[in-house]
Amino acid sequence: MTGWASDATPHLIVAPIVLPLLTAALMLLVGERRRTLATLTMLSAAVGLGTALLLLAQVQGGGAPGALGVYLPSNWDVPFGIVLVVDRLSALMLVITALIGLAAASFSLARWHRAGVHFHPLFQMQLMGLNGVFLTADLFNLFVFFEVMLAASYGLLLHGSGRLRVQAGLHYVAINLAASSLFLIGVALLYGVTGTLNMADLALRIGQVPQADRGLLHAGAALLAVAFFTKAAAWPLNFWLVRAYMAASAPVAALFAVMTKVGVYALLRLWTLLFANAPGESAGFGGDWLLYGGMATVVYGMVGMMAAQRLDRMAGFGVLVSSGSLLAAIGFGQADLTGAALFYLTNSTLALSAMFLLIELIERSRLTAGASADADERSLEFPIDALERRRLSNGPDESSLIGKAIPAAVAFLGLAFIACALLIAGMPPLAGFLGKFAMLSALINPAGLQASVAPSATA
Amino acid sequence: MEIVLALGIGVLTGSGVWLVLRPRTFQVAIGLALLSYAVNLFIFSMGRLAIDKEPIVRPGVPTDLLHYADPLTQALVLTAIVIGFAMMALFLVVLLASRGLSDSDHVDGAEPLP
Repeated sequence: MTGWASDATPHLIVAPIVLPLLTAALMLLVGERRRTLATLTMLSAAVGLGTALLLLAQVQGGGAPGALGVYLPSNWDVPFGIVLVVDRLSALMLVITALIGLAAASFSLARWHRAGVHFHPLFQMQLMGLNGVFLTADLFNLFVFFEVMLAASYGLLLHGSGRLRVQAGLHYVAINLAASSLFLIGVALLYGVTGTLNMADLALRIGQVPQADRGLLHAGAALLAVAFFTKAAAWPLNFWLVRAYMAASAPVAALFAVMTKVGVYALLRLWTLLFANAPGESAGFGGDWLLYGGMATVVYGMVGMMAAQRLDRMAGFGVLVSSGSLLAAIGFGQADLTGAALFYLTNSTLALSAMFLLIELIERSRLTAGASADADERSLEFPIDALERRRLSNGPDESSLIGKAIPAAVAFLGLAFIACALLIAGMPPLAGFLGKFAMLSALINPAGLQASVAPSATA
Repeated sequence: MEIVLALGIGVLTGSGVWLVLRPRTFQVAIGLALLSYAVNLFIFSMGRLAIDKEPIVRPGVPTDLLHYADPLTQALVLTAIVIGFAMMALFLVVLLASRGLSDSDHVDGAEPLP
């Protein structure tokens, strides 16, 4: 990094990990005093967002496209010491996490943090795990931060208890434990074949692996990828997601929108490091799996979204569509397309988080209006006969809908829902359209809008 | 020597996978435990099996992996064991809660309809 900031704040890189950890510890000391907890959580979330934005500015302000920040915890030297690296991708993911953390934390202060105990410490640990995943440049450290993130997510998913939540939590925990086992096998194989766990060192040593060991290397990488696919909710490993996200309380579901992007991030980071430009046989290994897996996920998400009868189920499938599009876009291995996919990632993650928060408010307002509160019921019934009755009664009765006052809160919810839906759908001029258009443009017409596309040019 | 370890890891993994796919939550818990044992053995074996290799640095012996047991895999296994231990405890609590809330130890919360 360049400039005075790097001299003044060398420890800014580790702040996104240490700050939530200290906040969680402080909150556990403070106990269940709500006002103090609320102040602490908002303060920590705001400082976290500021730190992430500062890191983004520093990495961007470096000028050169390869600007990096490197941090050696405890000053152990590479390649055996764990190293934290922030580049523009990491800083972008940190900013997204901090934004969603701030939003979900402030949403939870209204009522959801009272549903059980220790919501805020769990929330801070979740943020710590997420930030750690995005900052680490060591493969086993990635596993450790994955586990921190997952452990906190188990606690958050189960927060508030209840039969449906605990059952969804049981499935979620079991599947993630199995995926973690696969993660470990993959990491162990990669270490056994190359002799290092540092991601940068791995990238160097991939080319030097002897031919006899190349099958083992590919097997290890594939096992690792299966664990990441489970996290990123690629089909057919994503049957747990919709049920888990439906069962989670609203601020938790909003934070979980980032969790699939963790899997996408890990795949992007490791695939581009290890296999995108690998010499020899390993070049582009697994790119086809990313592409077809992503497309299958998109199709599955689409069908689920159209079949969903409940709003939260629809949002859950929307997460799948977003994740699948990103996986497919990464699988091509083209820089323009990956850049557009990162823009789409930002937009879709924020839109889906907002959607989860909105859905809870909408359902709450709908339930207080007198509908049944049974969680298992297939809601969104459309009573056709009520519509007929209303049309017929618009004659001498004068019980028309004109002039009926809609409460401002409900109107705001409606407008916000429209905005979110348009973002997810990709309607111009909102950012959803820009993201999808950029991805398609990079794919079909990489020369840009000025150049004309000859039919023979598409290879 | 390697074949014994490989067979052991294979048996543990196979049993673990079979148990994880069973319909009772306790079987799933034991299956996950067996899987974690298998994975931990596998990680440890990545340090290459050897007999009588020094674990602690001794003056005069060249410091490379030909003369010492690989400490990194041992560290990895310790971390994995500890994390697995905590996760298993959490899974058991969730298992008990699910049993209490749904009166059934079936993984789907209720017996499947015939």
